[in-house]
Amino acid sequence: MSLGLTPSQTVGPFQSIGLPWPDGPEVVDPATEGAITITGRVLDGASEPVPDALVETWQSAPDGSFAHPDDPRGGGVPGFRGFGRSATDARGRYRIVTLRPGALPAPGGGTEAPHLDVTVLARGLLDRVVTRIYFAAEEAANAADPVLATVPAARRRTLIATPEPGGEAGRFRFDIRLQDPQETVFFDV
Amino acid sequence: MSPAESAATGSGDLHWASYERPAGVHPPLNSPEYRSTLLRAPKRPAIRLPHGLTEVTGPLLGAERVSAADADLTTRHAGEPLGERMILTGRVLDSDGRPVPDTLVEIWQANASGRYAHRADDHPAPLDPNFDGAGRCLTDSRGRYQFVTIKPGAYPWRNHLNAWRPQHIHFSLFGRAFTQRLVTQMYFPGDPLFAQDPIFNSIPDPRARQRLICALDMNVTQPDWALGYQWDIVLRGRDATALEPAEEHR
Repeated sequence: MSLGLTPSQTVGPFQSIGLPWPDGPEVVDPATEGAITITGRVLDGASEPVPDALVETWQSAPDGSFAHPDDPRGGGVPGFRGFGRSATDARGRYRIVTLRPGALPAPGGGTEAPHLDVTVLARGLLDRVVTRIYFAAEEAANAADPVLATVPAARRRTLIATPEPGGEAGRFRFDIRLQDPQETVFFDV
Repeated sequence: MSPAESAATGSGDLHWASYERPAGVHPPLNSPEYRSTLLRAPKRPAIRLPHGLTEVTGPLLGAERVSAADADLTTRHAGEPLGERMILTGRVLDSDGRPVPDTLVEIWQANASGRYAHRADDHPAPLDPNFDGAGRCLTDSRGRYQFVTIKPGAYPWRNHLNAWRPQHIHFSLFGRAFTQRLVTQMYFPGDPLFAQDPIFNSIPDPRARQRLICALDMNVTQPDWALGYQWDIVLRGRDATALEPAEEHR
């Protein structure tokens, strides 16, 4: 049996009526030990902010587990939501407060470096676009990551969150550029 | 990826299903007739991401996200909203026909005059103090959702001269895996505005467009109360290409 899939349509300009949650950006309470904050801007092809986007993240717990029945390893950290959702503001900024994800066994062998999967929805995007956030400090793990290995070297840095310049520990910057010239790498999932 | 390769993926002794994306269903991001794509659609081809554990798992958002009142958009305010009251129900399935139970369904829409309760909507049609246009519910154990709302109005937009959006309700779905996430719009049967709408027509396959149109259902319709509509939503199935190689190579 195979049913035809329901096609995607754009989220449009008015998603903030229905989709943002007050606690959406806070995967964990900001007071949680080890909490990190990832902020950045969503920018269009003219380097203008995208003020009506929704950024969603999904990730493992710090030990690399998922509290999900389809993780064949079992386990998981009860109560860790793993999911973040942030609307962008007038300057195109989003914010996610979470814990660092862990490393994971990769499909086909090897190990995936700690990462978050990211969905970006916006007016003008007829389907979501998907990217990943990796961390600059995980140099060795990133070098061995089989997904980063498929990305042309010159574009890999678009997938790396960097410590906020001059910022306190645990604050990272990850901008999402939807279009040329420094277009973020997007994945076909 | 061949069907044999996609049947199961894993690492060492670990194996997990994948949720392959069939070709030709979703609209291409570069659809210039929809002008907002021009500065927002990525120009470079997406890089294929084999489905790892992050992609085959996903947020299992449950009862803590919804209350029973969230599924009725007509009883949330002091008075009743204006417009044509309607019951909207259907099942969330995967492409193998399996119901997707306990999954969060979120909707938002314009009011009966075609105006959104949103500061950025400047269409000179009246707001309705009794309608905010947002709803959510969880599917039941058989994958069924149900909302009570009013039929949204058509409205103009500035995509091209005299552009009007067909009446529609926005939907957001999670399924159980990151790769099943779907955001879309549901339309109504026989809308004469379809032919001029670049968003509806961005879906390349005309048959796939029809899957976004609900059906009037007199069994759902409640006498002397509200019209009823049915609309089923189909998310990706596990190992979809393995089960239907013909689709993959069409």
